[in-house]
Amino acid sequence: MNGAQDLGGQHGLGPVAPEKDEPYFHAEWEKRALGLTLSCGAFGAWTLDESRHARESLPPATYLAASYYEIWIRALETLLTRHRFVSSAELAEGRMLEKGAQPKRILTGDMVAGVLAKGGPCDRPVAEAPVFAVGQRVRTRNFHPETHTRLPRYARAKTGVVEAVQGSFVFPDDNAHGKGENPQWVYTVVFDAGEVWGEGADPSLTVSIDAWESYLERA
Amino acid sequence: MHDHDDHHHHDNHFSDMQARVKALETVLTQKGLIDPAAIDAIVETYETKVGPRNGARVVAKAWSEPDFADWLSRDATAAIASLGYGGRQGEHMRAVFNTAATHNLVVCTLCSCYPWAVLGLPPVWYKAPPYRSRAVIDPRSVLEEFGLTLPQTKKIRVWDSTAELRYIVIPERPEGTEGLDQEALADLVTRDSMIGTGLAKPVGAGR
Repeated sequence: MNGAQDLGGQHGLGPVAPEKDEPYFHAEWEKRALGLTLSCGAFGAWTLDESRHARESLPPATYLAASYYEIWIRALETLLTRHRFVSSAELAEGRMLEKGAQPKRILTGDMVAGVLAKGGPCDRPVAEAPVFAVGQRVRTRNFHPETHTRLPRYARAKTGVVEAVQGSFVFPDDNAHGKGENPQWVYTVVFDAGEVWGEGADPSLTVSIDAWESYLERA
Repeated sequence: MHDHDDHHHHDNHFSDMQARVKALETVLTQKGLIDPAAIDAIVETYETKVGPRNGARVVAKAWSEPDFADWLSRDATAAIASLGYGGRQGEHMRAVFNTAATHNLVVCTLCSCYPWAVLGLPPVWYKAPPYRSRAVIDPRSVLEEFGLTLPQTKKIRVWDSTAELRYIVIPERPEGTEGLDQEALADLVTRDSMIGTGLAKPVGAGR
C-alpha cells in the first residue's frame, strides 16, 4: 500500500540526529512494548506480514509522529482486536471484561530462549526454477495495490540488473492477507541512482532491493 | 525524540504511552495470555546477551581468517551460526564487504528490518523517517551527520532490506592492526560500522 511507511526518497523529514551512546530503551514502557509484541506474536494467530501491514495501515499522521515502539503497540492493539483476543472496550478500560479467543500457544518465560534462538525462517521450497538469472536486466512492475507489498514506490517501473538469486521465500503480498505463503524466488536487483532518481542523482550511488519474482519483468 | 524544544510535549506523550501499554499488559495478563516472566526474559536477552558485540566478533574473525571471510561471503547464515549467533531476525543473513572502491550502507525504507542476531535491537534513528527516507536518495548527507565524509571517488551501495534477508556490513580493516588478536580487533568494530553509517575505529581510539 502507498502508506506512510513507504518512505524512500521522501523529503522534509528532518535530520537523522543519531544519539551518542543511545540506550536500548528510552522509557520503561518501551521494554514492555518489545516483550508484549513478541509474546503476542508467539500466539501464532497472525504472520509477520500481517503485523507489518497493521503497522503501515496506521493513519499517516499517526505513523509519522510515532516512535517505532508506539507503532508496534498501536498495531498490536489492531491485531489483538481483529483476532478477538481482546475487545476495544477492554483496551479502553484496561481490564478484562469477557473471555476472548484462545491462542494456540502462550509464551512462558522458560520458552523465551528457545523461541528467540529458533526465530522464524521464511524460506520455502518452490518447484519451478528461477525465471531470472544473475546479470539479467529486469524491470520492476508498476502497480499500486491498496494491500501489502514490499516493492517500494521509488523502485517501481525501474530497470535494474539481477545481482543475486537469493532463494525462495514466503510471498508477503499474499501472506499478509491470509492468502497463503505462496513462495516465490527472491532476487537482489541493483539500480543506478540515475535510473531511480533521475536528474541530479549521485553518479557514485547504486541502490538495491530484494524483489520477489512477480515484482519483475524482462527488460 | 530529538526535538529538544519540545520536551514537555514528549514527556506527556511518553506518559500517555506508559498508560496505554500498562492497560494492554493488564488486560493480557488478566486473561492469562502473557507471562510477565517471558517479557522480562525477552528484555534481558536484548539488554545483556544479543547486541553488536556479536557482530563485532564476526567482523574480527573475517578480518583474521580468510577462509571464514570467504564462507561469510558465500553463506553468511551458516558462517555466523558457527559462532553461535542466529535465530530471530538473523535467520537469513547476508554479509556485504566494504572495499577501497565501495562503501556499503544498509536501510529498511519500508519498516525496521535489522539483523538483530548480530547487532541487537536497532537504534531509534534507524527506525525513524529521516534515515529511512534519505538513505536511499542522499546517503552522503546522511553519512555526514554521522561525521563520515567519503571521497566523491568512493562508490556507495545502499541495500534496502525489502525482503527477509538481513545485512551486516563488514567494514574495512583499519591500517596498523596486523598484530592484534581477534578480541582487540572486535573492540574496533562499532555498531554503526556494521550498518554502514561509520567505519571501524583506528587503533588507539577511545571506545
